[in-house]
Amino acid sequence: MTTVNTEDPDWVACMHKIRAMRDQAAFVELFQHFAPRVKSFLLRSGASETLAEECTQEVMATVWRKAQLFDPARASVSTWIFTIARNRKIDALRKQRRPEPEDLPWGPEAEPDQADAMALQQETEKLGKAIAALPPKQRDLIERAYFGDLSHSEIAEQTGLPLGTIKSRIRLALDRLRHEMK
Amino acid sequence: MSIKHHLTEGLIMGYSAGTLPEAFNLVIATHVSLCDECRALVESYDALGGAMLDTGATATMGSGALDATLALIAAADAETADAPCRDNAPRASGVFPAPLRDYVGGDLDAVKWRPAGGGVKQALLSTSKDATVRLIQIPAGAKVPDHGHQGTELTLVLQGAFRDETARFGRGDIEVADEELQHTPVAEEGETCICLAATDAPLKFKDLLPRMAQPFLRI
Repeated sequence: MTTVNTEDPDWVACMHKIRAMRDQAAFVELFQHFAPRVKSFLLRSGASETLAEECTQEVMATVWRKAQLFDPARASVSTWIFTIARNRKIDALRKQRRPEPEDLPWGPEAEPDQADAMALQQETEKLGKAIAALPPKQRDLIERAYFGDLSHSEIAEQTGLPLGTIKSRIRLALDRLRHEMK
Repeated sequence: MSIKHHLTEGLIMGYSAGTLPEAFNLVIATHVSLCDECRALVESYDALGGAMLDTGATATMGSGALDATLALIAAADAETADAPCRDNAPRASGVFPAPLRDYVGGDLDAVKWRPAGGGVKQALLSTSKDATVRLIQIPAGAKVPDHGHQGTELTLVLQGAFRDETARFGRGDIEVADEELQHTPVAEEGETCICLAATDAPLKFKDLLPRMAQPFLRI
């Protein structure tokens, strides 16, 4: 089942409520949307039904526990949850450690810039629409790269993926973080 | 710092998707720690993964899934030591970025080097067996013998620089070599060159050689 819901609730606001007020209702809303998607991702990555169920619960619990690490100037909520699910997949299915890049230095202002956050969220929305509009063949290739086990040599150099503008946005946010440290 | 040699999009996509060998992930995470250009691209591919997740298929959760998750949260909250710790925090100085320091158990001075001939030293780091990763130390001005590659080899410079027939590689630069590249890297004069190199070549031998022989190939 593929659904493209253009009237998604404001997930960033949900995360804010979880972070600031430990709002359980906001979490339930997030859970109902993302848990079935995370579970499907894990199933397609080769997890058994039991393992996928268990890992999904752990991923969603991590969303709550690490809510303060979510930065809306650099990622949408679905992006952030994807990275948590991916790391859980590597850990539970592939039994490997996941080396992560060094954190950027946090400036005295740990609160992300509002305008940056807004712009990034808009870019993500556009990206979602662009992905949905891709020819089925190209979308299928991306699906296999993310959900199957297409090796990096099998992944042809992807050209024409609409990532240019979101990359510039993220680059700006990174520059700002680096600057605040100086 | 000006980094001139970057990751390929294929590797970045594989890193984001979580389908690469651990050894490659370590070299990529270490390069990304030094290179904001590639970091932005990794995060863009993460956004692609997020979009695929968001618009992708769904699976039915078990009937008690939400309650079980809330119980997990309550249990974790009860552990008072749940202070937000940023385990990949940057350090003021040192040669190794955080992910590499993790695998070595310290910075450059903690590496247990072994001689590899011609003044070159190396240290194998422990990862999953589908690829290998090691630190290599080349004395200033020294040559690494002419060699070809099997599979893919990633070489990231952490200190000093080397040159080969294709270009110059300094701190933060990464060379992505495949079967076609035959080269003779030479460390620049002035400073010992330290590299982090990963290869998936042993996979190629999996069917030809008895499993027992594999550890000897992981030099």
